[in-house]
Amino acid sequence: MKKTAFNELHKAAGAKMVPFAGYEMPIEYFGIKDEHMTVRNNVGVFDVSHMGEIWVKGPKALDFVQKVTSNDAAKLTPGKAQYSCFPNGKGGIVDDLITYHYSEDKYMLVVNASNIEKDWNWLVENKIEGVELENASDSISQLAIQGPKATEILQRLTDVNLSEIEFYTFTVGKFAGIEDVIISATGYTGAGGFELYFYNEHADAIWNAIFEAGKPEEIKPIGLGARDTLRLEMGYCLYGNDIDDTTSPIEAGLGWITKFTDEKEFIDKNVFLKQKEEGVSRRLRAFKMQERGIPRQGYDIVTAEGEVIGKVTSGSQSPVLNQGIGMGYINKGYTKFGTEVYIQVRKKRIKAEVVKLPFI
Amino acid sequence: MNIPAELKYTNDHEWIRVEGDEAIIGITDYAQGELGDIVFIDIDTEGETLDKEETFGTVEAVKTVSDLMMPVSGEVVEFNPALEDAPELVNKDPYGDGWMIKVKISDPAELDALLTADAYTDLLSA
Repeated sequence: MKKTAFNELHKAAGAKMVPFAGYEMPIEYFGIKDEHMTVRNNVGVFDVSHMGEIWVKGPKALDFVQKVTSNDAAKLTPGKAQYSCFPNGKGGIVDDLITYHYSEDKYMLVVNASNIEKDWNWLVENKIEGVELENASDSISQLAIQGPKATEILQRLTDVNLSEIEFYTFTVGKFAGIEDVIISATGYTGAGGFELYFYNEHADAIWNAIFEAGKPEEIKPIGLGARDTLRLEMGYCLYGNDIDDTTSPIEAGLGWITKFTDEKEFIDKNVFLKQKEEGVSRRLRAFKMQERGIPRQGYDIVTAEGEVIGKVTSGSQSPVLNQGIGMGYINKGYTKFGTEVYIQVRKKRIKAEVVKLPFI
Repeated sequence: MNIPAELKYTNDHEWIRVEGDEAIIGITDYAQGELGDIVFIDIDTEGETLDKEETFGTVEAVKTVSDLMMPVSGEVVEFNPALEDAPELVNKDPYGDGWMIKVKISDPAELDALLTADAYTDLLSA
């Protein structure tokens, strides 16, 4: 089992540790609901060092990123980031990621922990001349500081003007006395804040500085449990649940990161273009329970008569709404917002409504 | 870990308090801790007579769902009405306000097969 550089700090903070994607990670410290609301209303810190970082360097770096990702990386300039995915050559998704344009001819791809090896092999297989790849996942740590108080607290630790860093942009600067920290206005919670990338040897110094600076606001560590409920309230996809090797970005509602410009050729472009033009037989949709009950991954989505019309890919109780919420693939004909569907919860059919995202 | 000496326990982490021919049933402190924040107790077997180890309901935590099993055979005569609006009582007070059902015991002999507090403590430390 791998450990992040923060492992001892989590245990000292009283975390319940679980195996996740080959790492021993904190699932919760004080309770998922408490942690969830802390991020929504105040500020919390997630150790997301298990995420992978892959560098793409060289004169053909942009051409390569354009080939393997679905979004239009030509739109990026140094200091900008974008959400994207790697199509798998069969109309599915290898992984979703964030592409950072670090500097001229240099990109950082941030990928899911569970897919690092698969992504690496896929990128090597599709490598082109003039590109160098480096898997830096084991040497880079990542913290996400999220919530409405995040900017104010982090500002105490850096001269970089954080309020000038727009959403999905980043800067590289001195933070808590450490040089070359990537300060990125990104996150997986919808609560605002930053993600910081730095080398493992600075983990203790940065963690301690953040918790010291955030003491007046009672900053707290947050586990992966709340990370999941926070992202679900926003309707952000989770790889392995909502998207995988068998789902296309068009079906998943990720058309906005799938760009069909003449200048950009990429893996599965024609497959996705055809889907966009002709339509797809199922769509990833969000739904809200209208009666008591909690949807879970793998439950059937059915009609009032019990006919199966889809499957739940993610589900939970929303701590903000105090109501069951979920996402799942639903067959054509039942995907319109406002459609009444049912979730088969054990022996009961519980009424739900197809809704727009985000949930809150 | 709180494991009251006067209760009996199951391998599935339910507890039972016998009061004459009736019994109160809930889940243990260990069980609530493992589940995390409990958000919904789904019990609709009130009035039904169930066999030992049959499911009398389910407990939904934020991340997981778990079946609730009868420690002994009997009729479910009452469901704790407080859990309807405050399922978190199971987290806060699993042996008190967080009790789940009251059962009319069919066969008192089945009680002998349940775990004592000591045996349950051993189970957890195994």
